[in-house]
Amino acid sequence: MAGSLRFSLDPNRRAQLRALGLVAPLAIYIGITFLAPLGTMLTRSVYDPVVADVLPETLELLDEWDGNTLPSEAVFSAAAEEIKRAEAERTLGQVAGRVNRVQGGLRSVLTRTARELRGTEQGPWRESMTAIDSAWADPETWHTIQITGERFTTRHYENALDLRRLSDGSLASQPVERRIYLKLFWRTLLVSTVITLLCLLLGYPIAHLIARSPTGRANWLLILVLVPFWTSLLVRTTSWIVLLQTQGVLNDLMVAVGLISEEGRVAMVYNMTGTIVAMTHVLLPFMVLPLYSVMRGIPPTYMHAAASLGATPLQAFLRVYWPQSLPGVGAGGLLVFILAIGFYITPALVGGSDGQLISNMIAYHMQTSLNWGLAAALGGVLLVGVMVLYLLYERLVGVERMGLG
Amino acid sequence: MMGIIRPRLGRIAYLGFCTLVFVFLIAPIIVIVPLSFNAEPYFTFSEAMLRLDPDAWSFRWYREIAQNEVWRNSLVNSVVIGTSATLLATILGTLAALGLANPNMPARRVIMGVIISPMVVPVIIAAAGMFFFYSGLGLGQTYLSIILAHATLGVPFVVVTVTATLAAYDPTLNNAAASLGAGPWTTFRRVQFPLISPGVMSGALFAFAISFDEVIVVLFMAGTEQRTIPRQMWAGIREQISPAILAVATFLIVFAVLLLMTVNWLRRRAEV
Repeated sequence: MAGSLRFSLDPNRRAQLRALGLVAPLAIYIGITFLAPLGTMLTRSVYDPVVADVLPETLELLDEWDGNTLPSEAVFSAAAEEIKRAEAERTLGQVAGRVNRVQGGLRSVLTRTARELRGTEQGPWRESMTAIDSAWADPETWHTIQITGERFTTRHYENALDLRRLSDGSLASQPVERRIYLKLFWRTLLVSTVITLLCLLLGYPIAHLIARSPTGRANWLLILVLVPFWTSLLVRTTSWIVLLQTQGVLNDLMVAVGLISEEGRVAMVYNMTGTIVAMTHVLLPFMVLPLYSVMRGIPPTYMHAAASLGATPLQAFLRVYWPQSLPGVGAGGLLVFILAIGFYITPALVGGSDGQLISNMIAYHMQTSLNWGLAAALGGVLLVGVMVLYLLYERLVGVERMGLG
Repeated sequence: MMGIIRPRLGRIAYLGFCTLVFVFLIAPIIVIVPLSFNAEPYFTFSEAMLRLDPDAWSFRWYREIAQNEVWRNSLVNSVVIGTSATLLATILGTLAALGLANPNMPARRVIMGVIISPMVVPVIIAAAGMFFFYSGLGLGQTYLSIILAHATLGVPFVVVTVTATLAAYDPTLNNAAASLGAGPWTTFRRVQFPLISPGVMSGALFAFAISFDEVIVVLFMAGTEQRTIPRQMWAGIREQISPAILAVATFLIVFAVLLLMTVNWLRRRAEV
């Protein structure tokens, strides 16, 4: 009896276990090779132990400092010892780089101090350090050391949002000339919106045309959309350089037909125009394909019915066709927007200096300035934005519908 | 009278606009091909080329690419990395899609959402995280880390494609096979897999195309030894853009068209 009962329950349970067993390898793989790296990056955006590890005693003694006057001789003594040790252990450069990002000029103060203290064994350290550089007499310097000495810190996010911490701990906007990132986030959102609208404007009519065509012709027209989709992104970006640059094909053509003079060649690439044109081209298939798959399901008889009831073509379109195509507009629009805000390669190659987006700034801090904490924080902000949009996509469209091509 | 002419004008405008959009999509890709045969190191059509003067056209850049060891190495790297990443992504992705298609699968939506997420998370973020992660493990600048990373980026495409194919699969076929005495493994091998294999192949081609065109992960994680074709192109476009790049681009366009034709052919086979 018990045996037969178990038998009648088992198949479901077994099927469930089998399904889990099939999914588990990929789930574990994604956990290790994707979620863990993202976690590592997010950790870096809030955790920075370098200064805390190199100047532990200085930081501990600074906890008792009142914050306005000059720190005590004990603090100076600990700082001098730890700076000397850091120089000997070659960790001073990392510390100097970090404090310098918060307060420009401190890098050279630290390296010079280390150099000049090299032979000195005896205090009073306060006198000798303030004599080496008057920055040591400025409470601001010690504040900076305190801020960078936070093991767990929000300073990279403050930086990423153009905020700075005042000496009383409150947050204020950066001075206008140092506000970079918020402007770049806004520009990225704005450019992505423009590109999404352009893709909709260009993609909607052709998706409609393909959906209305007989199968044979529709397949051919689809190929015209799919060839760019399968073509290397680098190739498509190169094409736009070839077409748009001042000595390029389009300018040559315009000069040849007399539209512009030889001197009047237009700079259409290595600027924002280049970024927008090339990105619209790259992302257009991502708009057309979801639109097409929705439009194919709209029966043409609805439009005929609307017309026979006396609607003008415009009325029929606005009141009958457009509302039914909205799921496609939503799916394509969201997808294009999500992909656009994270775009890196195209702006990097054709954007010049004013066509850069937030991803390019992340790459800059990863590869050039080596301010990895800030790169991670900028990435964290971007990631949150993308995740919100992705959740929206999941609710509205469903991730399985991301099938392309 | 007006009522007849106006819709016709509207229709002409609509078709004209659509034609322009198709030109916008295709022309930039096509224009590369003849330019790659330019005998001069320029990026635009010379007058002699337009006169179809045979001296203005040459295989010069193709020879240059073929004889250049750096390009040859990067082709080998791209193929090795692409094939390994594809193999890994296809196996993991197909298994997962089979599990996800099972109606008994718990937490299906959440797991699907996580598995697909490498498709939407900006690659720059993923690449930055992977750089920290793999160099922390001492795997920076290795083939292994790049293959693993490319498989991660390609696997969502396999899952999506195979899932779509499985949605069209009739599960009663499994019961039919079982009633004829086939075990689950035999049913899979003899019935289900042959029917979904076009989807698996399409997914694999997707994954390969992703890896074959990926440059950000390679920029962050590869040493000079692991340079791939996209990495070489990137350098070429940034430093000095010579028509040799256009020769490689033409090769990649032909490759893309072949991939597309194969995927279309596979899809038609899956529908039959």
